[in-house]
Amino acid sequence: MSFYLKLIWAYLKIGIFGFGGGYAMLSLVERAVVGPGWISETMFTDIVAISQMTPGPIGINSATYIGYVAPHVAAPELAGWWWGVLGSILATLAVTVPSFILVLYASHFIRRHQESGAIKAIFSGLRPVVVGLIASAALMLMNNANFNPRGIDWQLWTNIAICAVAFVLAYFKIPIGKKKISIHPILIIILAGIVGLLIYY
Amino acid sequence: MTTSSYWRLFATFFKIGAFTFGGGWAMISIIEREIVDKYHWIERDDFLDLLAIAQSMPGILAVNIATSVGDKLRGPKGSMVAAAGTILPSFLIILAIAIFLTPDIIKNNRVISAIFMGIRPAVVALIIAPVLTSAKAAKLKWKTVWIPFVVALMISVDMGIVSNPILYIILGAIGGFSVWKFSQHNLEKK
Repeated sequence: MSFYLKLIWAYLKIGIFGFGGGYAMLSLVERAVVGPGWISETMFTDIVAISQMTPGPIGINSATYIGYVAPHVAAPELAGWWWGVLGSILATLAVTVPSFILVLYASHFIRRHQESGAIKAIFSGLRPVVVGLIASAALMLMNNANFNPRGIDWQLWTNIAICAVAFVLAYFKIPIGKKKISIHPILIIILAGIVGLLIYY
Repeated sequence: MTTSSYWRLFATFFKIGAFTFGGGWAMISIIEREIVDKYHWIERDDFLDLLAIAQSMPGILAVNIATSVGDKLRGPKGSMVAAAGTILPSFLIILAIAIFLTPDIIKNNRVISAIFMGIRPAVVALIIAPVLTSAKAAKLKWKTVWIPFVVALMISVDMGIVSNPILYIILGAIGGFSVWKFSQHNLEKK
């Protein structure tokens, strides 16, 4: 039971302090769930990948998945699937309830302070922090578990190459014929998965 | 005009939740199309007002906007229905995936583990890209450009409380507010 209280507390905090969108939220999620050892770093990376490939916000997706997996990892006596479902429900509710209440009951307050400029000022202070939060999430995932799990040099370089190519595809518009198109993240993940299958199988 | 019954509200947001890949802005534009253009439940100006509020709140933007649209149309019960509609599709899909694609399978199935070994470095790239996009959008100046570096560094060193992202969110909010108060104070003195 105490595990579920910890899970709820972790996701309440993410729901209350999760400013700046899904990617910025990732650093809070990682801190809250990888830190105590509820899931591994590779699993966290996999969850981000799965979230990208399924519909819906990454905040919900990761709460549901981690809420399902974490009980089995954190406490051996919570091995049944129903414990996972309970974790999913609790984590997803905990991450959404704070802002749900705020939207219902604090909208007037926000509207009033929007005119004074206070809200704008707070967000001008938050914006550079959000850039740092996303960068920290990226930095924390640049580790051996993701890039060199078997400790083999050529695999490390192959993975760095996959990352570099994926970055170019994700960040720049790619000229195809006369048009410049932006590649969808799902396509990038599928391509990387095919490359992984060909190289590592 | 289609009436915004609870059921319609739920079904509309459920559909949006089920078919929009990537949350946030991808979802907002579809919600706007459905709520403003298709069903005319809310005027565009009112929608943009709700959006401005929803953006100022923490948490998941798509859920926040669903909550405020639901509340505007049908009160607190409506907000619950709309939020549930937005959340349920991803919840059910991810739950199904989590039940079948367990960490054990990802690790030990040869095909799946190979696929994920290729995917992981690409996921890192997908997070590096928004670092640059958000840095551009933040319009960093010489006075603020050090902040992201310090924040990223402090969080990554992993040393107790100084590496807690929440600390920097609070500091950023206080910092932005203080700079504004201070400049107002100076204006008044003049």
